[in-house]
Amino acid sequence: MSEFLAMGGYAWYVWGAYGVCFSLLGLEIFFLMKRSGKAKASETQA
Amino acid sequence: MSAQGIKWFWFASPQTFFPLAGALARWCAGAAAVLTLLGLYIGLFVAPTDATQGEAYRIIFIHVPAAWMSMLIYVVMAFWAAIGLAFNTRLSGMMARALAPTGALFTFIALWTGSLWGKPTWGTYWVWDARLTSELILLFLYFGFMALQAAIEDPRRADRAGALLAIVGVVNIPIIYYSVKWWNTLHQGSSVSLKSAPTMAATMFTGMIVMAAAFWLYSIAVALVRVRCIIREQK
Repeated sequence: MSEFLAMGGYAWYVWGAYGVCFSLLGLEIFFLMKRSGKAKASETQA
Repeated sequence: MSAQGIKWFWFASPQTFFPLAGALARWCAGAAAVLTLLGLYIGLFVAPTDATQGEAYRIIFIHVPAAWMSMLIYVVMAFWAAIGLAFNTRLSGMMARALAPTGALFTFIALWTGSLWGKPTWGTYWVWDARLTSELILLFLYFGFMALQAAIEDPRRADRAGALLAIVGVVNIPIIYYSVKWWNTLHQGSSVSLKSAPTMAATMFTGMIVMAAAFWLYSIAVALVRVRCIIREQK
C-alpha cells in the first residue's frame, strides 16, 4: 500500500494531479447542486 | 419519416427541453461515475509502469482526456452560440452559457496536470511553448466569455455579445491542436490519432479512452443540470 502511495518517488506529481483534478470536479458538482436547489426553491415560491 | 416530419425546433424551446435534460443528465451522471471508477482502476492499478517515465506517466490518464474536453467543449459552446446568433433560439445561448464553466475547468485541469507531468519529465513546470501557450489562451477565452456574459444584464444581448467572442475564439482550437506539428514544441506530438494505430501499450490506451468517455459523460451531465438552472433562473 505504501509502495502504491509512493508512486515510485513521483507521489507529489501523481497525487497532486489526481487530487486537484477530482477535488475541482467535486467542487463543481457541489456548487452546481447548491445552485440547482436555489433555482428550484425560488421557482416554487414564485 | 420525412425531414420535415422531425420537429427540429420542438426541443429548441426551453420548456420542452427541460424534462428531457433532467432525464439525460441523470443517466449521464451515473454512467460517468461508473466509467470514472473503471478508468481510475485501469490507470492506477492495471496499466504497467512506463519504461522511461516511471509512475509519473500515470498523470496522462487524466491530462489527455481533460485537454481533449477543453477543446471539444469550446467547439460545442461556439457551435451553440453560432446557432443562437443565426436562428435567435433562446436555448442555444443558454447551452453555451452552461458549457463555459466546465470547459474552463477542464482547461485548468489540463494545464495543472500537464505542469505536474512536465516537472519530472521535462524538468520544468512551465515553458512558453506553442502548445502550452495556446492552451493558456483557451483558458482566458473561457474567462472572457463568462466575464462578458456576467457583465451584460439583458440575457439576449449578453448571448449575442458572448456568441461573437466565442466564434472568433474558435480560431485558437486548430492552433492548439496542430501546434505540435506547426512549431518545434517541447510538448510531444500526439500518440493517438484516427488514422493510425496508437503508439502506446493497449492497456494504457484503454485507460485513456475510458477516462475520456467518463469526462464526456460528466460534461454532458453537468452542462444539462446547469442549463436547467439557467432556464429556471431566467423565467
